[in-house]
Amino acid sequence: MAFSAFATGTAREQVPRRKSRVALLLLMPGILYLVLFFLVPLVSLVITSLQAPSTFGDVGSYQTAFDWNNYVVSITQYGDQIVRSFFYAVLATVFALLFSYPLAYFIGVTARRWPLLQNLMLVLVIAPFFISFLLRTLAWKSLLSDESGFVTGLKALSLLAPDAHVTGTPVAVVFGLTYNFIPFMTLPLYAALERLDTQYLEAGSDLYARPSTVFRKVTIPLSMPGIVSGVLLTFIPAAGDYVNASREFLGGTGTAMMGNVIESNFLILLNYPAAASLSIILMVVILAIVTVYVRRSGTEDLL
Amino acid sequence: MTVQEGLVIATAVDAPQPPRPRRARFSLGSWLLPVYTALALIFLLIPIAYTFVFSFNNSLKSNISWRGFTLDNWTNVCNAQDVCAAFGNSILIGVVATVVATALGTAIAIALVRYRFRFRSAISLLLFLPMATPEVVLGAGLASEFLGAGVQKGIGTIIIAHIMFCISFVVVTVKARVSSLDPALEEAGRDLYGSPAQVFWRITFPLLLPGIIAAALLSFALSFDDFIITSFNSGPTTTFPKFVYISAARGIPAEANVIASAVFLLAIVLVISQQVTAASRRKRLSRVG
Repeated sequence: MAFSAFATGTAREQVPRRKSRVALLLLMPGILYLVLFFLVPLVSLVITSLQAPSTFGDVGSYQTAFDWNNYVVSITQYGDQIVRSFFYAVLATVFALLFSYPLAYFIGVTARRWPLLQNLMLVLVIAPFFISFLLRTLAWKSLLSDESGFVTGLKALSLLAPDAHVTGTPVAVVFGLTYNFIPFMTLPLYAALERLDTQYLEAGSDLYARPSTVFRKVTIPLSMPGIVSGVLLTFIPAAGDYVNASREFLGGTGTAMMGNVIESNFLILLNYPAAASLSIILMVVILAIVTVYVRRSGTEDLL
Repeated sequence: MTVQEGLVIATAVDAPQPPRPRRARFSLGSWLLPVYTALALIFLLIPIAYTFVFSFNNSLKSNISWRGFTLDNWTNVCNAQDVCAAFGNSILIGVVATVVATALGTAIAIALVRYRFRFRSAISLLLFLPMATPEVVLGAGLASEFLGAGVQKGIGTIIIAHIMFCISFVVVTVKARVSSLDPALEEAGRDLYGSPAQVFWRITFPLLLPGIIAAALLSFALSFDDFIITSFNSGPTTTFPKFVYISAARGIPAEANVIASAVFLLAIVLVISQQVTAASRRKRLSRVG
């Protein structure tokens, strides 16, 4: 069941009772909509990615062709951005996991005795969702700017070279990606840890395992479904993001990711085949990584 | 809220509460973990506090350095050019997309739980994929379809895009509610000679309503904060996030902070009141049981 990765713990599944024309009637409009505005666009993206410039040579005018060369051009021309996208996304995912695990553990396990506190902390974790994604990122841009107290403080302590910047660097972009996607990691981890039966932990320590061994051999394996969902939910949007890396936000000249290149090729340069081929590459690489990762982490029934 | 954010909220809403143990003896260090948690939560809230504080900034053109406290931004929100028009567009798009996506998604959720049909796994995959696709690919794909079909981009194409990415989230959210519904209640209705329509509107629909409302709120939040997919399919139309993106280069007017802060406060009030009603309902139920 494709959903189970994300809709973990939905109430018991009822046995579907009858086959009927009603089912068709209920499914048809929504499914047709998704075919028309999700599947057909993907196909259209593939067709666009193979187009060649039109013979009249107008900017933004293309004709159908099977120009597989577009992919070669995209990969050679934007190799840096492609590698950078996945590198930044992996870093952000790792940092978000390290940041979120203790947080989710406290909310989901330690705070079980106080349900009210637990709910309050959950609201605080999702609170960033309720303020515009772009304004959140811009707030960090100001807070990390050269005039900010944080950066001048670091410079006063000689922890940062006097002519160094924070914004406009890869550090700032990875920081922004990490910050923006932390709740994506924390909530699935919380959902898994909240269900953790602490008797297993007690059993571990009763058998004379040290706390670190219990954590490694019991807690982590039992929270694996949460780790897998959290990693996917952080990695996928982080790899495709272009707001954090944009020059108006936390990025600089050397931080462009695939999203930035797709955006500028599609909306500014009107080079649709390049934008489309990059989109297809992004999607194929993500699907490949996700499949391998899910197989490796031993939770194959997730997808 | 971006598309993937909705997924996270949908999973958290679904998580059933297990029975709470009396004691949890295991904590990583008795004070280290609580202190870390407090600091981590404060860290998460820093940009929210920043946005809120700077909504009171007596700024001129760009709202970057602090120039003194004022309430003017709050009392004259629409003074900044275009910000209210963009906000209005976002509300209109959000409402239309929410209504359509909730209707389509609820129908699919009912069919998935209640009926048997062929191509079940293919349909599940079709519903799952939009949630696992990067927004930039969804946006570029739809835009290339519109380009190929020669459709003029504007508010209509934004609405089409938003309905598309909201449907799956509605299905996930409502499906949990349909699964927890006791079929005996509907059977009772049929046994009492209720017509299918009567059974649906008098029994099924009211019981599903909390799930449907949750799905609608989620859809609206997703639509309201979407930027990436919108930017590919908006043409000349400006939404609130697009307004912020465009003005980022020359400085965001403080009025944008006012709107974001107001929306934030409204959302927090909604979430907390929902939590309080859920808690009191649980208390009532436990008293009955």
